[in-house]
Amino acid sequence: MDLSAFAAEVGDHGPVTVAGLGTRGGAVAGVRAVSPPSGIERIQPEEMTVSCAAGTPVDDLVAALAEHGQTVNLPAGGTVGGALSVGRSDYRLLGYGPLRDVLLQMHYVSASGEVVMAGGPTVKNVSGFDLCRLFVGARGTLGFLGSVILRTRPIPTHSAWFRIATADPRSLLAGLFRPISVLWDGEHADVLLEGHPADVAAQAAEFALAPCEQPMRLPTGRRWTASLAELVASPPDTRPFVALVGTGVVAGDGIGDGAAAPGMTGGPDAARHQALAAAVKHRFDPEHRLNPHRYSHGNGDSGSGART
Amino acid sequence: MTPELVERLVAAVGRDQVRLGPAELDLYRRDASNIVGAAGAVVFPGSTVEVQACVRACADHAHPFVARGSGTGLSGGATPLDGAVVIAMTKMNRLLSVDPVERRAWVQPGMLNLDLSRAVAHLGVHFAPDPSSQQSCSIGGNVANNAGGPHCLADGVTSAHVLAVEVVLPDGSLVQLGGEADEVDGYDLRGAFVGSEGMLGVATRVCVRLRQNPPAVRTLLMDFTSVHAGAETVSAIIAAGMVPAALEMMDRLCIEAVEAYVHAGLPTDAAAVLLVELTGLPAAVEADTAAVADIGRAHGARQVRVAADDAERALLWKGRKSAFGAIARIKPNYYLHDTVVPRSQLPSVLDTIYRIVDQHQLLVLNVFHAGEGNLHPLLVFDKREPGVMERVHAAGEEIVRVSVAAGGVLSGEHGIGLEKREFMPLMFGPADLAAQRELRRAFDPAELANPHKVLPSPATCGDIHAAPEGAWI
Ligand SMILES: Cc1cc2nc3c(=O)[nH]c(=O)nc-3n(C[C@H](O)[C@H](O)[C@H](O)COP(=O)(O)OP(=O)(O)OC[C@H]3O[C@@H](n4cnc5c(N)ncnc54)[C@H](O)[C@@H]3O)c2cc1C
Repeated sequence: MDLSAFAAEVGDHGPVTVAGLGTRGGAVAGVRAVSPPSGIERIQPEEMTVSCAAGTPVDDLVAALAEHGQTVNLPAGGTVGGALSVGRSDYRLLGYGPLRDVLLQMHYVSASGEVVMAGGPTVKNVSGFDLCRLFVGARGTLGFLGSVILRTRPIPTHSAWFRIATADPRSLLAGLFRPISVLWDGEHADVLLEGHPADVAAQAAEFALAPCEQPMRLPTGRRWTASLAELVASPPDTRPFVALVGTGVVAGDGIGDGAAAPGMTGGPDAARHQALAAAVKHRFDPEHRLNPHRYSHGNGDSGSGART
Repeated sequence: MTPELVERLVAAVGRDQVRLGPAELDLYRRDASNIVGAAGAVVFPGSTVEVQACVRACADHAHPFVARGSGTGLSGGATPLDGAVVIAMTKMNRLLSVDPVERRAWVQPGMLNLDLSRAVAHLGVHFAPDPSSQQSCSIGGNVANNAGGPHCLADGVTSAHVLAVEVVLPDGSLVQLGGEADEVDGYDLRGAFVGSEGMLGVATRVCVRLRQNPPAVRTLLMDFTSVHAGAETVSAIIAAGMVPAALEMMDRLCIEAVEAYVHAGLPTDAAAVLLVELTGLPAAVEADTAAVADIGRAHGARQVRVAADDAERALLWKGRKSAFGAIARIKPNYYLHDTVVPRSQLPSVLDTIYRIVDQHQLLVLNVFHAGEGNLHPLLVFDKREPGVMERVHAAGEEIVRVSVAAGGVLSGEHGIGLEKREFMPLMFGPADLAAQRELRRAFDPAELANPHKVLPSPATCGDIHAAPEGAWI
């Protein structure tokens, strides 16, 4: 995929921001905005990969993959580049794994306006340092994604949501075999099961799960981490909250309060961690021209913007 | 090694944990590859604080250091260059804590891979990455090389199972990268560290994800009269929307060697066998087992053997996992390669590999992670034969080039180390390599952690340090 026009637009000096569809906070206000190309290049179900441009809408990609019996573990809405740059998994984090594991190869435009490639086209690869994972969740502060190769997965034969009232979802986590999602709001657990219909029915029966049409809404604001034991013992008093049971992640409404997610920097070394993240930022974007203000101490966010 | 640095190391770990004698230094000159370097000293820290003190001592003396796990690496990753201090992690081998509810564990990096899975087995969970070397390789080495194994097809390689790493940075300071949750905000420095081959610092604690043991398991062995039929079966299984837990292939010479060694009842007249494992809930496993068998038969499988019980299953896996022991019956030496190609390219690349090996008058056994297109051509030879090493290296280089040209990559799990460093430009252009070097320098501006690995350095090209004994180029 030819990224030279996009690279020229990014250029090599002056502040610049990248715009997707604006569903996840959008471009940085008041800064010259560029848009990556869009379009699906190649769907390869027998390789379980797809290559596409970063500006491709996620929903278009998912629809195109569905025609080949495949899907991709990206949260719905917005662009592929936006979803990867924000780096937050959706409700399927437990069963499908984190978003960062879908990016196999990327071509990005660097702060010096060059097209840079990292990763590899195959589903398995350990050639060189793993810049792909570094870029997932970096909020466009290290380089702007131009095109990517993503890992896809087969669409499950059967998939169904269930609901159960419970003040302690730990027995569900202990007993269910690899649920795709267990969402818990303090009172109910919504469970997504996938696979063979007979297995799904048997698991639902064993745990007295009732079918449910629509799962609870996953808040798209603040996120933090907490152990299940903690959450059950003292559920947060700020409602709503939804725990992605088994992943350590809790989602709430409202705008990020700037506090780092607990467990993120490991306590006493927080200052050294910030310095390390700052060094990475400095190496990739010495003049802080890419998505200015989005970066703060490796938190990828100044705490002022919407974290959606 | 200056006496001052030696004294600093002694102060760090105690005199009996610093080894300087020629016999001991000799043991640490290499890993399981045939690339030989030279160690200045070997130290055995017992705690994070001791690792910090060793690293700080090296940093203060601008002396290189190399973290070492079990030394089973195959790319020269743990080979010390320039008289580096080898920091051997073998004493830090404890399981620190297990959370059975959220299924994670904190371990010290020297813990052996199989010891971890054994230690948590009573909880009905395991650590998914299972390199064939799992009895002897360390979790720290797995993290540094982003190791894979036969059972990584469905669940991914090490990076997908590491939540957090405590790292002594090359200046001696300590950070935790990642967190106990599956996803934390901010730069994924954890992701950058995994697979960095000891060049970004020394891991001193690792938080791993543990996976539920599957309630149902089926293991099938299918044999084919051509390698093509076997490889096409692999693609057809994936294209049918199934992701087996394992999908492994062996070719004829390998089958013969393994059968003579473990007597697993493998068909020695077959051109290829596929070992397929399906795991999960019972109905899915039964349905997929039938579907895989049908696909195999449609592609000409002569026999589809479904392991009747755990004992038969263990026997089939023993066959797969003892391939390395078995080859000693053919020739005394081997060189194991590791490249990945798109699954659809397996038949043609395998053909080319047979041709390359023929041209160089060598023998090859193929035993590999077919489900991921991860080839492991095993060249066997007798190194006492004059000129044989040149032929082994020439054939190896051609295999690497052919794999990359087929849309593949240099390494699927063994890493770049020294072995494939000079091949990096086959995949990456100057700007791509420069970006990787920036990451390295963000962590290690002085470039003291495992120097000269992974990234080809134009500046040191032709330099004696850059071309250790046994290296390819
Ligand atoms: C017979 C055989 C079969 C194998 N099969 C497989 C397989 O199926 N899959 C696979 O992926 N690999 C396989 N390997 C390769 C090897 O076992 C793996 O790469 C393993 O992960 C290396 O672990 P180790 O403890 O031996 O590391 P070492 O060889 O000691 O070191 C490897 C690298 O890790 C770094 N390192 C080690 N510990 C640390 C630490 N604490 N902090 C930072 N860096 C560190 C070293 O500097 C070096 O760069 C096989 C090897 C053999 C000999």
